Amino acid sequence: MLRYIIRRILVTIPVLIGVTLIIFTLMYFTKGDPARMILGDMATEEEVEELREEMGLNDPFLVRYGNYMLDLFHGDLGDSYVTGLPVTEEIMARLPVTMRLAVYSCALSVIIGIPVGILSAVKQYSILDNVATLLALLGITIPSFWLAMMLILVFSVNLGWLPASGLYGWQYYILPVISISAVSIATITRMTRSSMLEVIRQDYIRTARAKGQTEAKIITKHALKNALIPVITVIGIQFASGMSGAVVNEQIFAIPGIGKMMVDAIKARNYPVVQGGVLIIALLFSILNLIIDLLYAFVDPRIKTQYARKKEKHKPQELAAGGEEVSA
Amino acid sequence: MAQNESGALLSVRNLTIHYFTDSGVVQAVNGISFDVQQGETLGLVGETGAGKTTTALGLMQLVPDPPGKIVEGTITFNGRDLTKLDKKELRSYRGREASMIFQDPMTALNPVTTVGEQIAEVVKIHKKVSHAEALKEAAHMLETVGIPAERLGDYPHQFSGGMKQRVVIAIALACNPHLIIADEPTTALDVTIQAQVLELMKKLQQEYKTAMIMITHDLGVVAEVCDKVAIMYAGRIVESGPIEEIYENTKHPYTKGLFDSLPSLNTKVKRLRPIHGLMPDPTDLPPGCPFAPRCPHCTDACSTHMPEPVEVAPGHQVCCVLYEKSADAVQ
Repeated sequence: MLRYIIRRILVTIPVLIGVTLIIFTLMYFTKGDPARMILGDMATEEEVEELREEMGLNDPFLVRYGNYMLDLFHGDLGDSYVTGLPVTEEIMARLPVTMRLAVYSCALSVIIGIPVGILSAVKQYSILDNVATLLALLGITIPSFWLAMMLILVFSVNLGWLPASGLYGWQYYILPVISISAVSIATITRMTRSSMLEVIRQDYIRTARAKGQTEAKIITKHALKNALIPVITVIGIQFASGMSGAVVNEQIFAIPGIGKMMVDAIKARNYPVVQGGVLIIALLFSILNLIIDLLYAFVDPRIKTQYARKKEKHKPQELAAGGEEVSA
Repeated sequence: MAQNESGALLSVRNLTIHYFTDSGVVQAVNGISFDVQQGETLGLVGETGAGKTTTALGLMQLVPDPPGKIVEGTITFNGRDLTKLDKKELRSYRGREASMIFQDPMTALNPVTTVGEQIAEVVKIHKKVSHAEALKEAAHMLETVGIPAERLGDYPHQFSGGMKQRVVIAIALACNPHLIIADEPTTALDVTIQAQVLELMKKLQQEYKTAMIMITHDLGVVAEVCDKVAIMYAGRIVESGPIEEIYENTKHPYTKGLFDSLPSLNTKVKRLRPIHGLMPDPTDLPPGCPFAPRCPHCTDACSTHMPEPVEVAPGHQVCCVLYEKSADAVQ
């Protein structure tokens, strides 16, 4: 198991290097001059040129990328062109906000999506199932930015119940979290429903009924653990998309998170901040994937045995031998 | 057949189970009647689609509803009609008074729960015991079916097919039921393992004095374990009786066909004689005898009315126009 974790962590290194190459290349070809942005329209051409030289912007692509990577290996993401502060500091100041948004949204999706999905499957074709299916369809099809604006319009502008922008307390989280999690709630509901429907038709559910087990316990003890295996993957993907949903929603709700930071940085041609932001999000994705894979092993003993098998190769043979020798 | 009604452990009368699907009514089981005495083994034989499994599920009151429904008939177990029990009574019947061994051991066990927990579960449902005691009971059951108790904490995927079926048997026997319904328990297993599992089931049945309904399409299995046999075709019992009677004094053309399609070591034949044609579509059964379209002895009378069971020897009943006539003639 430990070896598997270490191997997975090592695999993320080439992934992250790939991410830096792609984002660096993209920023290299982006129009606009950071030096001009920093100095403003009043600066002379000579001044701008001087700054470009100083910042290394005139160096060839490979030299610039090499320098960036060298700094990166020393844990230095560079300094923001706008504030002059280290990018790491800028990110660390904003990351908790985005993470909080993503975690709250994910939690809300799980808390609503899984129970509704289960009920939908158990009471298939009931009114509840039909309503849930319809709402899930709406949740998936409505674009997040439109929903965000509608929420502001209804709850902030018309009703005046909730704040529309900023981040000064818990109530500021409500609308963005709803807006971000709408898609995930819908996706998780649908996934739980279909997975559950498949599981409750399995033979082992019939076995449980033949034992005289109650329906409630059949669902919670036998069906749920099996049905959640594919749902876990979806939760992982939804958490990740919640983070990217944060980019749009932070912009709309004016929340100072990573997403807003990156959009602002792109506008200002603030390359180090953009690169740092993308890199940190990629890193989070990788870690999240690893956690999901480990969760699998926790839920599904078949996968756990596979990990264990890699560690102690003699064990399965013993099992097989022991298994076949026994007779009545 | 009704002569033993009072003494029988299980007595099924005119059981009719249909599945109401979008493409029509599937007449899976059509008015079957049989009795099972305490400690007796009844073989229920028939080809795929004859309604054997539906009958078994009917006896457990586990017919998937919708689309399945018990349309008619009674199932009397120990004097109670199962079709009239409420949910709670049914739950205490299932697993304790009657339990079922399923066809495919690969899918009958929950893949994410240890076998120990799965055996202990049935113990905990029916006996007022602590979890630790239930697990101890589970360990004992594992030993009984020939699996070392240390494997209590293992998951189903760590067992071979034959071992999984032993676990399923352990679950079925855990609460010492009066009746075991075994739905093709050896079909999914290798021949060598089949013999082992059958041997084990026979031994445990005698030990626990349990009655058993052995559902199979394998006449060899029937010969090995059963006292009585009922041959099913298109949801009906076409011939039933004590095992020697059926094997040595075969009457119904379908049963004869079944025996003819078995290879034999004693008599050399160039080719086996299969029964030609297919079982009729259960959504569209012929009006008369369902076997008539495939029967070599088919007469005009066959396609117009369904023959009534006729007793040709003590306990040996046949549903066929051929014997109906001879019975009439005798009278």
